[in-house]
Amino acid sequence: MSISTVAPKVETPFRRFVAGFCESKVAIGGLVVCTLIVLAALFAPLIAPQDPYDLAQLDIMDGRMEPGSVGGAGFTFILGTDDQGRDMFSGILYGLRISLSVGVGSAVLAGLFGATLGLMAAYVGGRTDSVIMRLVDLQLSFPAILAALMILAVLGKGVMNVVIALVIVEWAYYARTVRGSALVESKREYIEAARGLSLPTRRILFNHLLPNCLPPLIVVGTIQVARAIALEATLSFLGLGVPITEPSLGLLIANGYEYMLSGKYWISFYPGIALLLTIVSINLVGDQVRDVLNPRLQK
Amino acid sequence: MTVFLLRRLLQAIGVVLAMTVLVFLGVFAVGDPVEILISPEADQLERERAIRELGLDLPLWRQYLVFLGNALQGDLGRSFVFNEPALQLIYQRMPATLELALGATFLALLIGLPLGLYAGLRPNAWGSRTIMAGSILGFSLPTFWVGLMLIMVFAVQLGWLPSTGRGETVTILGMRWSFLTWDGLLHMAMPMFSLSLSRIGLVIRLTRSGVRENMVMDYVKFARAKGLSPNRIVFVHVFRNILIPVVTVMGLELGGTIAFSVVTESVFAWPGMGKLIIDSINVLDRPVIVAYLMLIVLMFIVINLLVDLSYSVLDPRVRLESRE
Amino acid sequence: MSSTLEVKDLQTHFFTRAGVVKAVDGVSFSLQRGKVLGLVGESGSGKSVSGFSIMGLVDEPGRIVGGSIRFQGRELVGLPEPEMRALRGNRIAMIFQDPMMTLNPVLRIDVQMIETVLAHEKVSHTEARARARDALGMVGIPSPDERLKSYPHQFSGGMRQRVAIAIALLHRPDLIVADEPTTALDVTIQGQILAQVQKLATELGTALIWITHDLSVVAGLADDIAVMYAGRVVESGSVDAVLDAPLHPYTHGLIGSVPSRNRRGAPLQQIPGMTPSVINLPPGCAFRARCPRADGACLETPAMAELLPGRTARCFHPHLESVPA
Repeated sequence: MSISTVAPKVETPFRRFVAGFCESKVAIGGLVVCTLIVLAALFAPLIAPQDPYDLAQLDIMDGRMEPGSVGGAGFTFILGTDDQGRDMFSGILYGLRISLSVGVGSAVLAGLFGATLGLMAAYVGGRTDSVIMRLVDLQLSFPAILAALMILAVLGKGVMNVVIALVIVEWAYYARTVRGSALVESKREYIEAARGLSLPTRRILFNHLLPNCLPPLIVVGTIQVARAIALEATLSFLGLGVPITEPSLGLLIANGYEYMLSGKYWISFYPGIALLLTIVSINLVGDQVRDVLNPRLQK
Repeated sequence: MTVFLLRRLLQAIGVVLAMTVLVFLGVFAVGDPVEILISPEADQLERERAIRELGLDLPLWRQYLVFLGNALQGDLGRSFVFNEPALQLIYQRMPATLELALGATFLALLIGLPLGLYAGLRPNAWGSRTIMAGSILGFSLPTFWVGLMLIMVFAVQLGWLPSTGRGETVTILGMRWSFLTWDGLLHMAMPMFSLSLSRIGLVIRLTRSGVRENMVMDYVKFARAKGLSPNRIVFVHVFRNILIPVVTVMGLELGGTIAFSVVTESVFAWPGMGKLIIDSINVLDRPVIVAYLMLIVLMFIVINLLVDLSYSVLDPRVRLESRE
Repeated sequence: MSSTLEVKDLQTHFFTRAGVVKAVDGVSFSLQRGKVLGLVGESGSGKSVSGFSIMGLVDEPGRIVGGSIRFQGRELVGLPEPEMRALRGNRIAMIFQDPMMTLNPVLRIDVQMIETVLAHEKVSHTEARARARDALGMVGIPSPDERLKSYPHQFSGGMRQRVAIAIALLHRPDLIVADEPTTALDVTIQGQILAQVQKLATELGTALIWITHDLSVVAGLADDIAVMYAGRVVESGSVDAVLDAPLHPYTHGLIGSVPSRNRRGAPLQQIPGMTPSVINLPPGCAFRARCPRADGACLETPAMAELLPGRTARCFHPHLESVPA
């Protein structure tokens, strides 16, 4: 009984982090929006009035209807329809699923790949280090959009190919970040001690070194998810990203492009708003996380 | 200085060589080189003759040397689509992209520096908070969507600005430029602004953090102790120090801006090399892709070199070190 | 003769989130033309903030909340910024502690000197340049013409401090506030600079406030001394008198903790404890927790009192017995 009353007062790093995060109202707002978006994407099949991928449910007669119109199926298209008669609201919800899973998936994969290489570079040092870091420099000096375009030009369209391209253009950020903090950490006594015990390298790397490099990794990860989503949308807009059968937000916007000039703004406008909200909310959360985790700003 | 330049030049050559290997492997070794280099209409005999002629029966490293040799002579192949030398195609479209990217960079500095200065000097003012929130928006807004929205408002609804093409151009040094005519400028306005949006956010953030870091430095206090006016302190003392990181980053970003104009050019049908490369990727016009890539790499190296040079003009400490 | 500077009961407080920091809370001293005052104290005693208060360079969240600073009979506290700026670098100059940080790294020395001349006098650029060159020569920088075209990083620390001094001297000020200008330098360089400054101050008739924690510097340089503790001046008087026979127990302890050739072999004395934090300092004598003489009376704040002719101290139990008759 007494434990439960005392426990909340213990200052754990996590509690301090939460308290620090809550200092910014904007960041909390960002987190709320972000959570809502993720929930909307997760439960899209339950929320959406229509399955936008099921061609049987689409009626070409409903095409390009303004927001608020009622279609043949009897429900209201609150955000209008596209040229196929697809309900934009449903399309956005399902598009979010694609955008988010590509963004998060590529960020996680790039994180794993980059962090491993970064750890190796820092821990092994020497030639391994300089080879990995040269690659990082090369990767970072070349614009991501071009690199991704080229990779997709070779690989072709497809959700998996987009993920691969994003991983290739993003791993370097993680590698550089992890190497930086791992270099600092590996000079500390506890790593010396672990080496002294001749623990296996893999164990030292992943059980001892990696957990201590996590804070900067989380910061980079958050920002990179937003970047990956934006990049995916751009690639899809250019027609080199996901295939038309699984439209992400970027592709939805691209579909509306040609109708823009005739004043049918909603086909591009609303997916853009969804994309914008997603990216901004993630960036706001990421910004605050960085400020809270940044040791230089801690008082 | 010469030693410094020479060393940088050697480094640059190394990077170019590395990139030729990557491009060679990426574009030539992935997929069938015959498909890439010989137009699909060729018959069997022609193909075999071409394979021998092009040295495609040689081992990979020999092929690479041949490719490199041709590249050195400025021969990066002919476009399948236009049946013109790929490099020439790109050169024709380069001015359009350059004026767009340079214009966007200029616009970003023009808008970003004053806003960043203000936000840095009055970090707690209401206006500064608005500026900073706006800069996050600038980072987050997807360029292509901003472009669409601009078209919707200014071209479709208001009808003020044209939404596609370059408009009237003036020919100087054999290249066509839009920014010298009023019609051209009108055509440039929207693409330039949408391309510069994320850079504006970047300049604001760099300037603001620079101002805040520099204002608490001893040299500022000493300048105040000398009785200098606040204007002189901000615009001469602090500004010179901030200019270094801002110019460096914006210079390095110029390459990124040129690359990113791929998106803007597609939205506004701006006939630059970005539009060309997207079209070429869509029809797999590989000589053009290769030429574009090589040119971009070269451009990057030149930009990096120029940034380093301007860096040493702005920061006397670097100048001295490089001389030693 | 009127004083160049008269500081009375100066109070400069910093209003931070953690509380009010009374960095300077009762500082008084006066300084005659051409004289040198050593303002001595440990770090955090408020001596630098006193210097910045005189310059009118206290930044947010700090503020001068009380007292007066009279410079040549003119009140500086509350003086509008444009008038204060006209004095700064002109009649009152300042030299900072770290010469590596005080000069702008990206501007040439001539730019930084000429702008100082032009900030206060309407002279031609050529004339300003000549003045800058002369000032460099005055502080002992060889081939000043050439050195004017250098950047700060091309100078050593000692040379940079000479440049800073030259800048301070450009308008032959009536007062220079020197905030530990030799602390960051080697001992030999320190000696050269001390000698130079002393010579220049005498020649030009400039009054000098030398802020330092180093008693030996003060002993060789200053005419008068003011000892600060926790934001207050606790003792002042002529250097010889105070160093020979300190009245305040803190000064006493401070002098005892300096190694000296005369007392070789004898154990060094030390002041127990630490400088108190000036956030929410309780009333009473700030030194009482560390003072061997403290008693109930010290729970009251002692006032600054003239205990001997020309000598003041803030103490209920001064070391009057050690003063030679």
